[in-house]
Amino acid sequence: MVKLTINGETRALDVPDEMPLLWALRDELGMVGTKFGCGVGLCGACTVHVDGVATRSCSAPVGTLAGKKISTIEHLGETPLGKALQKAWLDVDVMQCGYCQAGQLMTASALLAKNPNPSQAEVDSAMQGNICRCACYGRIREAIQVAAKEGATTHV
Amino acid sequence: MSELAETMALSRRTLLKASVLAGGGLMLSATIPGIGKAATGGKPATLNAFVTIAPDGTITIVGKNPEIGQGIKTMLPMLVAEELDADWSKVAIVQGDSDAKKYGPQLAGGSFATPMNWIPMRQVGAAGRQMLLEAAAKDMGTAVSSLKTEKGHVIEPETGRSMSYGQLASLAATMPVPDPNTIKLKDAKDFAIIGRKIGGIDSPKIVHGQPIFGLDTKLPGMVYAAYERSPVFGAKFVSADLAAAKAQPGIIDAFAIQGSGGPEQLVDGVAVISKNWWLANKARSKLEVQWDNGEWASHSTKGYDEQAKAFMASGKPAESLNKKGDSAAAFASAAKVVDAQYHYPFLAHVPMEPMNCTAQWHSKTGTMELWAPSQTPNGGQTTVAKMLGVPEDKVIVHITRSGGGFGRRLINDFMHQAAAIAKKMPDTPVQLVWSREDDIRSDHYRPAGWHRLRAALDANGKLTGIEDHFVTFDLGSNAFNPATMPKDHFPYAFVPNASYGQTMMKTAVPMGALRAPTSNALSFVFQSFLDEVAHEAGTDLPTLLLALIDGAKAEPAQQGFFGKQPGFDPDRMRNVITKAVAMSNWSHASLPQGHALGFGYYYSHLGHFAEVAEVSVSKSGQASVHNVWVAGDVGSTIINPFGALNQVNGAVIDGIGQALSLAVELDKGAVVNSNFHNYPVPRMPVVPAIHVEFVPSDNAPTGLGEPALPPVIPAVTNAVFAATGKRVRTLPMDRAFLATA
Repeated sequence: MVKLTINGETRALDVPDEMPLLWALRDELGMVGTKFGCGVGLCGACTVHVDGVATRSCSAPVGTLAGKKISTIEHLGETPLGKALQKAWLDVDVMQCGYCQAGQLMTASALLAKNPNPSQAEVDSAMQGNICRCACYGRIREAIQVAAKEGATTHV
Repeated sequence: MSELAETMALSRRTLLKASVLAGGGLMLSATIPGIGKAATGGKPATLNAFVTIAPDGTITIVGKNPEIGQGIKTMLPMLVAEELDADWSKVAIVQGDSDAKKYGPQLAGGSFATPMNWIPMRQVGAAGRQMLLEAAAKDMGTAVSSLKTEKGHVIEPETGRSMSYGQLASLAATMPVPDPNTIKLKDAKDFAIIGRKIGGIDSPKIVHGQPIFGLDTKLPGMVYAAYERSPVFGAKFVSADLAAAKAQPGIIDAFAIQGSGGPEQLVDGVAVISKNWWLANKARSKLEVQWDNGEWASHSTKGYDEQAKAFMASGKPAESLNKKGDSAAAFASAAKVVDAQYHYPFLAHVPMEPMNCTAQWHSKTGTMELWAPSQTPNGGQTTVAKMLGVPEDKVIVHITRSGGGFGRRLINDFMHQAAAIAKKMPDTPVQLVWSREDDIRSDHYRPAGWHRLRAALDANGKLTGIEDHFVTFDLGSNAFNPATMPKDHFPYAFVPNASYGQTMMKTAVPMGALRAPTSNALSFVFQSFLDEVAHEAGTDLPTLLLALIDGAKAEPAQQGFFGKQPGFDPDRMRNVITKAVAMSNWSHASLPQGHALGFGYYYSHLGHFAEVAEVSVSKSGQASVHNVWVAGDVGSTIINPFGALNQVNGAVIDGIGQALSLAVELDKGAVVNSNFHNYPVPRMPVVPAIHVEFVPSDNAPTGLGEPALPPVIPAVTNAVFAATGKRVRTLPMDRAFLATA
């Protein structure tokens, strides 16, 4: 039995320790906001936060996560920064198919939490692990800057 | 008659029905015959639209076409809402199930949905508005002529009286139904919703991680399936250690499935079932499946390449595609001959959401229920019914949002697999999920191809003859065969002597349409070769192209997929070329050291696009794209500038990825690539600044999913030539070939 802290709640799971967090979230807990894209940490669609760090949940075995704080896309809107990013994403109309966007938002929010005013090079560097097959990259860049500006005025 | 008027003429017979909703309100359903004849094999299809207005003012419009990221679920309702004068914030959109009898063809492909729906959807909205006006006139005791509509209200300006559509809906349902075919549509200058930047209708759900995609489908008691198929295409199942897989933790069952209907439907394989997909997928490694690979295990991309080069060297295509004038004489008397061989590889689609389908076999009713992210749900419904031996109305397909398509989901192999698995587990919902490796190794690939092109130039540098020897694959007589080329491919019509021919090779590799099918490859080949010709003639590509079409007239409109569609129009071509040349400051550009510009033009999916790329190449041979200027003519109107620009930007980056880094390799009959490390689609740092301008014309608007992609590829490769003097004739670019240190 593995105990995980997800979005502030303790969840007990009867799964093998080596099961990646992604599949515990999706198939055991029914939390399907976190997406499966590649299964080997190459595309970033499955990104969650573990103790505030952007983490590929497809490559994070649940056995290594006990006692850590896990946060997912379903929880993103609970923080002012997350809200600002969601709003920027909609205002800029970032997405086409939208499938990768949960991962993009989670990586972006981890970036802005650490670096509230990133340069374009810093944005590119932080975001390059997240593939958008529709290639909405220009608008992801723009939305991150919009949210960063918002943060600068509201001190999120 | 303008092209716009011709398209309108097609929808002369729209029928409209109005009824009162249970609980009050108005329901409008429109039947629009005569659209999409080609899609239904000659029989006029009906294309139905459903609009309801509830007493609280909420307007619900059924989105009938699959949403794959092209923005259709937002765009089609915009057309209805515009003519209805609805308040967009009160418009709700629901996804319709697969039902071709009810909705007409439901397809995401070919950039067809925009031109097919441009007039009929607006007619429905205009008719609804007329009925609301009539209702208001009756209720207020005034004349319709003294009323106007605005944002979901009927207003009498003189008195300031106003009634909401919700208040009027039930009464409107009892008003006479106007003939939508004679109803006046708005002038473009009065558009309030069309032309506005409107965000994706499902985006608010997506940023909160709410379930919406096929893979998000959850049903009570649902189990998960992984499907092991042969790595070698065309192989047959022999045996597997099912017991070993079943002994793995969490495994519910494992069983073999016999294929039928070819790779487009069901290939041989073994299903592994678990309550958790990761466990099911992991247990595949214990199956030790034995396959009979047959004759195909010796096939490789290297082998195809050697064979194709031998054919091209022979100088004799196996069959002629098209011939005019006397090209032999043109070459015999040529002052200069350009002779070059081009090659493009197999490509995979890799939409971000892996192939998946949820299925449940209801044993009591003999019904198969499917939840499918498909671009062709109607086709899947038909062929799954055939596979199962049940009538088509016993297959229910719920259309889910697709996490990208790019043409991959035109093929419904995943639906057949899910249905075949669910049939063996009666009354248990099963979700089939492919791994990314399954996706890359079981695709229906963009065909590889080879061309030997020859051009004859006279002493004045004029193009007097052109020959193409196309080496491709024999894919039989599919309805749409992506391994073909148009027999009059540009510049055939504009060169006095021409001869196109082809030679075909056998293969078991499944192939299908990839975004801008055939165009994505042929643009690279022909626009690069014409750049070579221009260079030899002492000019540049835009100048050569404009000279070729000088004095040419527009082709007449022709019968296409959705009815009459405009023919090729040299004026539209000239306009976008001139625009892109001006935007990029083509001839006078002052660029950073080592940077150079390249040009490409292409006409596909009724859209004309001219693009200029600014590129530099590092000493190690890595090309970087810094700027792309795009001029496009997709008709009279950009319906949703948000979606339109996103499609163009995405297509440009997609094309850059194809130019720089993508190829599927086959060895021993199987695909070598496995995941994003060896199929490296573009990431954020690759992305250039993209400058887009639309050049409007008097044509019905066409879709933007595809036509912006083809010209960027030759724009990039031609820029590499301008920067380095090295001609890229094989995709993707070879860094070793371009390296200087």
